[in-house]
Amino acid sequence: MNPPIELQVREVLASQPVQDGALLPLLHAIQERLGHVPPEAVPVLAEYLNLSRAEVHGVVSYYHFFRTTPPGRHVVQVCRAEACQARGAESLMAHAEKALGCAVHATRADGAVTLEPVYCLGLCASSPAIQIDDKLHARMTPARFDQLTKGLL
Amino acid sequence: MSAAVRVFVPRDSAALAVGADEVAAALQAEAARRGLSIEIVRNGSRGLFWLETLVEVATPAGRVAYGPVMPEDVPSLLDAGLLSGGAHPLHQGLTEAIPFLARQERLSFRRMGVTDPLSLADYEALEGWAGLRAALALDGATIVQQVLDSGLRGRGGAAFPTGIKWKTVLAAEASQKYIACNADEGDSGSYADRMVMEGDPYMLIEGMVIAGLAVGATRGYVYIRSEYPQAIAVMNEAIARATAAGFLGENVCGSGRAFTLEVRKGAGSYVCGEETAMLESLEGKRGVVRAKPPLPAIEGLFGKPTVINNVLSFAAVPLVLSRGPAFYRDYGVGRSRGTLPFQLAGNIKQGGLVEKAFGLSLRELLIDFGGGTASGRPIKAVQVGGPLGSYLPESQWDLPLDYEAYAAAGAVLGHGGIVVHDDTADMAKLARYAMEFCAIESCGKCTPCRIGSTRGVEVIDRIRGNQNREQQVTLLRDLCDTMTHGSLCAMGGMTPFPVLSALNHYPQDFGLAESEAAKP
Ligand SMILES: Cc1cc2nc3c(=O)[nH]c(=O)nc-3n(C[C@H](O)[C@H](O)[C@H](O)COP(=O)(O)O)c2cc1C
Ligand code: SF4
Ligand code: FES
Repeated sequence: MNPPIELQVREVLASQPVQDGALLPLLHAIQERLGHVPPEAVPVLAEYLNLSRAEVHGVVSYYHFFRTTPPGRHVVQVCRAEACQARGAESLMAHAEKALGCAVHATRADGAVTLEPVYCLGLCASSPAIQIDDKLHARMTPARFDQLTKGLL
Repeated sequence: MSAAVRVFVPRDSAALAVGADEVAAALQAEAARRGLSIEIVRNGSRGLFWLETLVEVATPAGRVAYGPVMPEDVPSLLDAGLLSGGAHPLHQGLTEAIPFLARQERLSFRRMGVTDPLSLADYEALEGWAGLRAALALDGATIVQQVLDSGLRGRGGAAFPTGIKWKTVLAAEASQKYIACNADEGDSGSYADRMVMEGDPYMLIEGMVIAGLAVGATRGYVYIRSEYPQAIAVMNEAIARATAAGFLGENVCGSGRAFTLEVRKGAGSYVCGEETAMLESLEGKRGVVRAKPPLPAIEGLFGKPTVINNVLSFAAVPLVLSRGPAFYRDYGVGRSRGTLPFQLAGNIKQGGLVEKAFGLSLRELLIDFGGGTASGRPIKAVQVGGPLGSYLPESQWDLPLDYEAYAAAGAVLGHGGIVVHDDTADMAKLARYAMEFCAIESCGKCTPCRIGSTRGVEVIDRIRGNQNREQQVTLLRDLCDTMTHGSLCAMGGMTPFPVLSALNHYPQDFGLAESEAAKP
C-alpha cells in the first residue's frame, strides 16, 4: 500500500532542490509523482514555503495544467485551437466524445479515460493534433483515432 | 567492410507525432536483416512538415530526401536503393534543392534539420559559438550597440527594438540581473520556438549567454510551456552538455565571467506568455499581468533588472555578433530588418517553416510556398500573428509582410504564425472562439477582458441566432471598443482584432448584408 498522501508530498519536497520561485516546480514534481495535486498537499506546501494556504491554493487553481483530482488511467487531449479547427478539430472532438463514451472535461465512469481540450500542441502544420498520455499524434482522422484509443477502454 | 551510410530521421515533435521513431526502428531492423551497414542520425526537422517523416540519406552528391515515409515504406525504399539515393515514389531529390527550402533565406534556421541537435561537434562545425567568442572580446556596451545596429526587433509579438531593451538593463545598477527567455509559445499556428529548442538548442543558449555578457547578468531562465515536454527535455540536456563543455557556468569559455541557465516549466496558461505574467509565474505566483511601469528592464524578475526576449530574438543574436550587424540588417525592408521565421499552418498543402527576409507578401507564402489549401478548396481567411491577430481576406494578401505595413492595415505579424482556413470556415464561429479563448485565458485583472469576453461570446451567439441582430452587432462593436481601450494588456486589448476583422470582412457569416463590410 502507498504511504499516506501527506508523507508522499513531504518525500517529493525533500527530493527537490531549494530554489527561488519554487512553488511551480514543486507543484510539477508533486503532480508528476501523484498524478494530481491533492488538497492535502496545500497545507504542507504552505508551511514548507512559508506562504498562506490561500496563496498556494490560488496558484494551484489558477493554472489549467494542475489537477486536484486524479485523472482516468489514460488522458486523451484533443487540440481545439485555430490551426486544428481549420482541419476538423471540432468534429474530431465530437467523434472523441462518442468513441470514448465520455464528455470533454470529464472522466469515463469506469475511470479508463479522461478527455480534455488542449490549446495548441505546436503541431499546427500537421493538424489536427492530439495527445494520448505522453505521446503526440498528428494528422488525426476519426479512423486513426479509433485505432489508437481502442486499447485504452 | 564499407563505412556505414548515414541516414537522417528527425526527432522533432512533429516528426515523432507522425511516426518518426517507428520509421527509425523499421530502418534499423530492416537494414540489419539485409546486412546493410547504416548509422541513423536523429536530426532536427527541416520544417517541411507535409513531408514528415522526411528521411535523408548522405550521398556523395549531397543529402537526398524521401518523404513522407511511413514505417511500412521502409522495405520498398531499401529495395529501391535508398542508401545510394535511388528512385522511389517518395524520392524528393536533393534536400537543399527542394523549392520550399531552396527559396528561403535561412539565417537563424540554417542549421535546422542539418545537425544532430545535441551534438556539440555538429554545432561548432557550423558556426556554433562564433558569436559568443566574438562577444567575449567586447565590452557590454559594444555588444548592445551591435544588437541595436542590427535593427533586430523582438520576435515575440510587440516588435520592440531588442538593443534598446538591453541598453536599459545594462544601464540599471543592481546586485543581480536576469535574462529570461519567453518560450511560452501559446499562439496557435506557431512552432518556431519549439523547433529551435528541439532542433538547435545551443543557438538559444548562445544567444542568452551573449545577452548576459552584454548587460551584466549572470543568471538566466527559459520559461517553456508544459505542452512542450520534448523541448523541455532537449533544453535540459543541452544545458547540461553546454555546462560540462564550459559554455555555461561560473567561467564561460575560461573568461572568468559567469552565466548559469535553468529551464522552468509553465502550467498551461496562455497569458503567462505576456512578459510580466511570465515573471509572476517564474516567481511561483498566479500568472497575473503586472501594471507597467516599472518596466521589467528596471524591476523585473524578483524585482531585479531583467532582459525578457522571445526565443527567436535570442536566436538571431549569435549571427549578429559573428557576422556583424550590417549582415543582418541588410535583409528586410523599412524598419523591419533581418528575417522572420514564418510558420505556415492549418489548412495548407505544404505546411512548414519559411524563414525569409521581411517584405515578401502573404500571397507568396500561401501559394508559392504553401501550395494552397490541403483540402483543395479556395482559401477564405488567413489569421496572421496568433489568436490575437486579424483575419486577412484575399484583398490584403499582397501587403508586404513588415511590421508597419501590417499595423497600417489593422493587422499584426506577431510571432509569424499563419493559419489558413478554406471556404468551409464559419467566420462568426471563429470570432466567437476568439472571445471564448479570451474568457478562458484572461488573468482576471481587468473587467473589460474578464467580463467583456464572456459578454462577447453571448452577443455573438445572439447574432448567430438572429436575435436583434442589428442591435447586437452595434453592441459587439461597442464591446470591442471597450476591450481595446480599457484592457491592461494585449489579451483583452487585441481580442477585438480577430473578432472585428471577421465581422468587417465576412459580414455574410454573421447574417449581415455584404454592404455591412464597408462599416469600419
Ligand atoms: C496575452 C499575451 C501572450 C503573449 N505570449 C507570448 C509568447 O508566448 N511568447 C513570447 O515571446 N511573447 C509573448 N507575448 C509578448 C510578450 O509580452 C513580450 O512582448 C515578449 O516576450 C518580449 O520579447 P521580444 O521583445 O523578444 O519579443 C505575449 C503577450 C501577450 C499580451
Ligand atoms: S487584459 Fe485580460 S489578461 Fe490582460 S491584464 Fe487585463 S484581465 Fe489580464
Ligand atoms: S493549433 Fe492544434 S497543434 Fe497548434
